[in-house]
Amino acid sequence: MIALSFENAVKRFPGATTNAVDHVSLDIEEGELVTILGASGSGKTTLLKMVNRLIEPDEGTIRLFGEDIKDRDPVKLRHGIGYVIQQIGLFPHMTVRENIATVPKILKWDKARIDARADELLALVNLDPAEFRGRYPAQLSGGQQQRVGLARALAADPAVMLMDEPFGAIDAINRSNLQAELLSIHGKHKKTYLFVTHDVGEALKLGGKVLVMDRGRVKQFDAPQRIVDDPADDFVRELLDSASGLRERRRGMNVGIL
Amino acid sequence: MSHAGLIEKIAEYFQNRSDVYLEAVARHLEISFVAAFIACVVGIPLGILSARGSKIRTFITGIFGVFRIIPSLAILLLCIPIIGTGPAPALIALSFLAIPPILINTTQAFAGIPGFLIETAEGMGMSSARIFFTVKAPLSMPIVLAGIKTAVTEVIASATLASYIGAGGLGNLIFTGLGLLRADLLLIGGISVALLSVSADFLLSCAERRLVRYRNPRIAST
Ligand SMILES: Nc1ncnc2c1ncn2[C@@H]1O[C@H](COP(=O)(O)OP(=O)(O)OP(=O)(O)O)[C@@H](O)[C@H]1O
Ligand SMILES: [Mg+2]
Repeated sequence: MIALSFENAVKRFPGATTNAVDHVSLDIEEGELVTILGASGSGKTTLLKMVNRLIEPDEGTIRLFGEDIKDRDPVKLRHGIGYVIQQIGLFPHMTVRENIATVPKILKWDKARIDARADELLALVNLDPAEFRGRYPAQLSGGQQQRVGLARALAADPAVMLMDEPFGAIDAINRSNLQAELLSIHGKHKKTYLFVTHDVGEALKLGGKVLVMDRGRVKQFDAPQRIVDDPADDFVRELLDSASGLRERRRGMNVGIL
Repeated sequence: MSHAGLIEKIAEYFQNRSDVYLEAVARHLEISFVAAFIACVVGIPLGILSARGSKIRTFITGIFGVFRIIPSLAILLLCIPIIGTGPAPALIALSFLAIPPILINTTQAFAGIPGFLIETAEGMGMSSARIFFTVKAPLSMPIVLAGIKTAVTEVIASATLASYIGAGGLGNLIFTGLGLLRADLLLIGGISVALLSVSADFLLSCAERRLVRYRNPRIAST
């Protein structure tokens, strides 16, 4: 089943000379984890925000399980879509439990159900519920905060998860742990994920499919292996080369330091 | 006049005129409280409004910034030709005096909430009303309260001057003391005003501290 489809989606910001998202058409299968890769300004965030209607397209249609999202009340639509961003955005005046309870509270779950769900989710993101549920965000490390951000987005069991460079500001070791956890969570629940990243390695590692964007357009939408083996054009090839070049340099630096 | 004589006189005053004294204190508190309340009712909504756009902000804070520069005595005196004397004009003048700190802090508090925080809230499907009451308001509260604290201490001090235009309160004691050259009245009035000011500051600081418990300094930032 197609979970999410873009049909000729266009977004042009006022005053801009080019389209931020330029006639994007794609179908995303239910349960797929799609990573979105592209240079800064290529329209990744814009594409993502069109799904939960933080940004409205100027042209085209976006369907969630066949239904045009324009026909949905944006607030209700968002209850079924998890949203995680790089800055995390935990509410600093609320405990971890209260943060996770955000959407369940709006949906009027009873307290026992919310408490049980919060503990279940904390365990899922590898945080000890007893230790962490009562803490405030200021009492967490960056990696722990993003775990809570992920738990909060998952709270009401959304069908689609939108993640905008969620691990971008997290150190390498924590990032690779979080990547592994995300893969295991996705494996368990098979929801549809859209995961934006700058990092070619991350995109290839996590993505069941990788969407490569350039200046608002889709360059390639394919399985990671196919992207590596058969890049659609020079742009994609250069993107991959730049990443492997980076890896070489990193290796060199490590040798230098050690 | 000897020190012993002064203390005797003060004691005598409290023995014979405690009713007058208590009434002056009550009146002083009343007028300060009402003025601070009016300033909140005006300043907080205006602050929230001016936090929304930079044009409105320049306009509103510009107007009220002027009140901030003019000394309180000047505002009080300026009121006389415009609205006359008596309790009501005194109240109006004091309220105007109290608005700027509340307005400015409210503006800063609401404008200072990071955009991404509001965006995640929206992205999760919180309505604007819900975001206002459960995110913006509680996050702004400590700074707004700090503004109220400044305003209240300012009003308590200035209410002393306001009795000159008919507000009543502890200022009456002081002006009578000045008129009759009674050091005991000056001392009683002055110390009482200072004590009221300090206690109001203390109480509001306690409330402020309770509101920011979540900002735990124990954990290093990353
Ligand atoms: N609110 C906005 N108003 C005007 N232009 C915008 C707005 N948001 C984004 N843009 C423009 O749209 C284009 C795409 O931006 P977008 O944020 O989607 O890029 P991105 O791929 O997410 O980049 P990054 O990797 O840096 O986050 C950019 O040229 C950007 O300047
Ligand atoms: Mg972006």
